[in-house]
Amino acid sequence: MSQGRFVRLAERDRSPIHITIDGTRVQAMEGDTLMVAMLTAGGTLRQSEFTDGNRAGFCLMGACQDCWVWTDSGHRLRACSTIAEDGMSVTTSQPGASWANHG
Amino acid sequence: MSNPVTHSDVLIIGGGLMGSSAAFFLRHTHGKSVTLIESDLVGRQASGTNFGNVRRQGRPIHQLHLANRSLEIWRKANELLGADVEYLQSGHIRVCYRERPENIGKMEEYAVEARQNGLDLEILTGNALRDRFPFFGTDVVAGSYSAMDGHANPRLAAPAFARAAQKLGAQVFENTRIGHVTKVGTDFIATAKDGRVFKAPVLLITAGAWAGELSAQFGEPVKLTARSPTMSVTEPVPYAIAPAVGVMTPLEVETVYFRQVARGNIVLGGSTRAPAVAETYRSFVKPQNTLTQLQQLRRLAPALARLNIIRVWTGIEGYMDDSLPVMGPSATTSGLFYAFGFSGSGFQIGPGVGQTMAELIATGATGIDLSHYRVERMKAG
Amino acid sequence: MGQPRVIIVGAGPAGVRAAETIVAAGLTPIVIDEGRRAGGQIYRRQPENFRRAYTDLYGTEAPRAKSVHDGFDALRDRIDYRAETLVWNIADGHVWTASGTAQEAIPYDALILCTGATDRLMPMAGWDLPGTYSLGGSQVALKAQAVSIGSQVVFLGTGPLLYLVSSQYIKAGAKVAAVLDTSSFTARITALPDLLALPSVLWNGIALTRAIKAAGVPLLTGVTPVAISGDARTGVTGVTVRLGDGSERHFAADAVAMGYHLRPETQLADLARCTFAFDELTRQYLPVRDPDGRADAPTPLYLAGDGARVLGARSAEASGKLAALAALSDLGQPVDQGAIIMLRREVGRYGRFARGLAKAFPWPHQQAAALSDDTILCRCECVTVGDVRRTMDVTGAAETNRTKAFSRVGMGRCQGRYCGHAAAEVIAAHGEFPVADAGRLRGQAPVKPLPIAIGEAE
Ligand SMILES: Cc1cc2nc3c(=O)[nH]c(=O)nc-3n(C[C@H](O)[C@H](O)[C@H](O)COP(=O)(O)OP(=O)(O)OC[C@H]3O[C@@H](n4cnc5c(N)ncnc54)[C@H](O)[C@@H]3O)c2cc1C
Ligand SMILES: Cc1cc2nc3c(=O)[nH]c(=O)nc-3n(C[C@H](O)[C@H](O)[C@H](O)COP(=O)(O)OP(=O)(O)OC[C@H]3O[C@@H](n4cnc5c(N)ncnc54)[C@H](O)[C@@H]3O)c2cc1C
Ligand code: FES
Repeated sequence: MSQGRFVRLAERDRSPIHITIDGTRVQAMEGDTLMVAMLTAGGTLRQSEFTDGNRAGFCLMGACQDCWVWTDSGHRLRACSTIAEDGMSVTTSQPGASWANHG
Repeated sequence: MSNPVTHSDVLIIGGGLMGSSAAFFLRHTHGKSVTLIESDLVGRQASGTNFGNVRRQGRPIHQLHLANRSLEIWRKANELLGADVEYLQSGHIRVCYRERPENIGKMEEYAVEARQNGLDLEILTGNALRDRFPFFGTDVVAGSYSAMDGHANPRLAAPAFARAAQKLGAQVFENTRIGHVTKVGTDFIATAKDGRVFKAPVLLITAGAWAGELSAQFGEPVKLTARSPTMSVTEPVPYAIAPAVGVMTPLEVETVYFRQVARGNIVLGGSTRAPAVAETYRSFVKPQNTLTQLQQLRRLAPALARLNIIRVWTGIEGYMDDSLPVMGPSATTSGLFYAFGFSGSGFQIGPGVGQTMAELIATGATGIDLSHYRVERMKAG
Repeated sequence: MGQPRVIIVGAGPAGVRAAETIVAAGLTPIVIDEGRRAGGQIYRRQPENFRRAYTDLYGTEAPRAKSVHDGFDALRDRIDYRAETLVWNIADGHVWTASGTAQEAIPYDALILCTGATDRLMPMAGWDLPGTYSLGGSQVALKAQAVSIGSQVVFLGTGPLLYLVSSQYIKAGAKVAAVLDTSSFTARITALPDLLALPSVLWNGIALTRAIKAAGVPLLTGVTPVAISGDARTGVTGVTVRLGDGSERHFAADAVAMGYHLRPETQLADLARCTFAFDELTRQYLPVRDPDGRADAPTPLYLAGDGARVLGARSAEASGKLAALAALSDLGQPVDQGAIIMLRREVGRYGRFARGLAKAFPWPHQQAAALSDDTILCRCECVTVGDVRRTMDVTGAAETNRTKAFSRVGMGRCQGRYCGHAAAEVIAAHGEFPVADAGRLRGQAPVKPLPIAIGEAE
């Protein structure tokens, strides 16, 4: 789904910012949470780790821990309680572990 | 007074991994009738809360035969028990830090002796180590790798042994705490706190950190110090770390270890332990111990610093002063056997202990050398 | 001797009023809240650059919201306020905090927990699909971010929040496909005597029902959830429910907001080793405390607001004051006994109303027995209802923590917040014993994920 899941109902005249999701630049607004920035641009937040489905958060209040996404450097962000900042870049699938062993 | 009385060939007090696996082998291999009694629920104390390391290296050389025997059981556990205990033979590596270069020599010496006792170890240093296991921090200078070790799920193991024993006809009584034990004539008589009575000509005490209160009733008091190791687990992350990892060090604070389970969570343990009171049957993690553990983990494997832990826990284990278990017959009472005090390293050898005790009880002898584990050793020393 | 140290966790209505009371006694409390801005759930503040007016955000409660916010702003230089700081553990008379990777252990002479509530959930087929949100979450989307969770939203569950949030959505211009209440209309009639404890609140509730109907949105009561349909990758496409007459109805939707009232956030009280007791009416274990909020715990612990009992925002304010007065009194500070008596009376009235709500909008526990085996029970670990039933059959587990140990239900990163109550019901139904015997998931630190980098020099 390339269309957004969340629908803006008000506060549409805030300053625009840009974030990058899986390499694609999208527009969001100053004051958006990362979750809102991502879900007004797309349908889901991340891949489920145990199924082939996707997840798009659940509680929006930092309680369910369903909304984690990753920065390019592999750090984790809880999208519903992180404020989106201009220039932020995130991925929706967990980056392969850079610490993997080869033996 | 007409309390119900349960009779069997062997009575086992304590349903941890030791008691459960002994019950299993007594039925499975020797056809004995068995009653297993557990204060709480089977495998919920040390055996269900431990780290789950199925590690042979680092044990005293004299324990390796028992550990090898146990490994054979772990390898076929699922088949034997008809239940998945999540044994993953993915290797174990023990490393040492730059600050203690003398450990490299010790590791090499240990490896030579271990090889003669059926444990193959490969010593890796420098780039060879880092190429193979790039997650180690710069303080790590050498590692001793065993390909034939791994880890299993402690929450599942002891209950799986007990259920399998039960399927073969063993009787298992949970929520049954034995207060009084004695021997009258040829029978041991164990009385539960609620008055139920259990009788058998053979008694095996596998009561972990609580065993002292039972052995004392046969004139064999032991000093067991209760401790609570610090455990944590991360959220699931892609499976990438095969071996269980631990640090070789004389300092308790540095002794962290970790392993990744197949579904992705990384389990970590070690560093400072908290004191515990066995009597309360519940122990608590000290938050400072968690913080110290995480700090030590960052030193061992800095890349893990990006992850989060989602849960901490602990359990109660009983330490003998020399950190070796008590295993074998009583010195005062015929028909009485002990297997307790496994300190911080009873999980791997658990199934082997059960098999060995069953063999000793049923046949009167075992090929495993138990001379280091005699109950009377502490008195002598 | 220094001042006694009072720590308040939570800066919602309960925490703010508790802080005011402590400050009025001349002490400087530490107020810790995980959120970026004070206000708590109901009076959650929008970001600084949003412009909507108080009445748009908080409706009839706008004056109270303003009073709580202003009350807190007035306290700012008289309290030690730690925003964006999580209390991750409580042990040995210390509160353990984490803010980013900075950590601290703070000792206390009195600890007042005002940790609020989260949605109470009953799983249903498809609730793991993207586009399913908790009812509270759907309100946060609107209140804090001015967005709707979808372009066509079904509200499903029960409780006053169901009517409140759906009407807020309608008012804000969102498209609401249906409001589906599992409670029956007759339950509401039975509960009327208790609900009359707060006639104005009852009246507000009736007005909301009218507003939903007036907007032409289907509002059905006494429904049984059947399934949320959709695609695991792209998400929800609709919701099916069964009506009282046995027929099924399907509503097309790309989002579902679901919730069955609220459950207190009791993890911290649990870590502080407060005792818990089973509450028959709401079918859950709750922390034991006296009418003033004094907890049954080994250190001086006080509980207020929804974190103790879900009694609503007004009660949260009163119970916050009451708990602070109890703490002050135990610290040997002079307190106004008359005020305590008035507050107790007020909280008592809210208690009666809340009992009425619990009867009018009962937790639909009987759904647990009817859940199909392939329904996801634990969203975090993807444990199904069938996994739990099978685990019980194979292992003989007959209690929540034991079943968790064997099946991983409740073992995920939400710490069982969203599946714990339902798991207890599934276990009790399958084992055919009372849900009280299924026990409760024991709290374990950290209450939320803790970075391994914690304590690292920044
Ligand atoms: C947190 C933690 C981490 C650990 N990590 C590891 C590890 O990685 N690797 C490793 O090898 N070892 C580890 N250990 C040690 C290992 O868990 C123990 O050595 C082993 O489980 C001991 O098994 P047990 O059966 O002797 O004891 P337990 O599992 O404690 O069983 C004893 C049982 O006896 C019962 N009992 C006691 N008194 C009575 C009575 N009077 N009547 C009836 N029942 C009674 C108890 O309820 C208990 O269930 C760890 C231990 C802990 C606590
Ligand atoms: C999502 C949601 C929406 C609601 N909407 C309404 C509504 O519209 N109308 C209505 O009447 N009632 C509503 N309620 C009920 C209402 O929230 C409460 O009655 C009221 O807010 C309770 O106030 P409180 O102070 O007890 O808790 P809250 O207002 O919930 O405040 C609790 C605070 O504690 C903090 N906290 C919790 N745990 C920790 C921790 N470990 N570390 C640090 N900080 C912590 C939280 O960040 C939060 O700010 C809602 C409840 C929820 C959960
Ligand atoms: S959506 Fe629940 S924690 Fe973010």
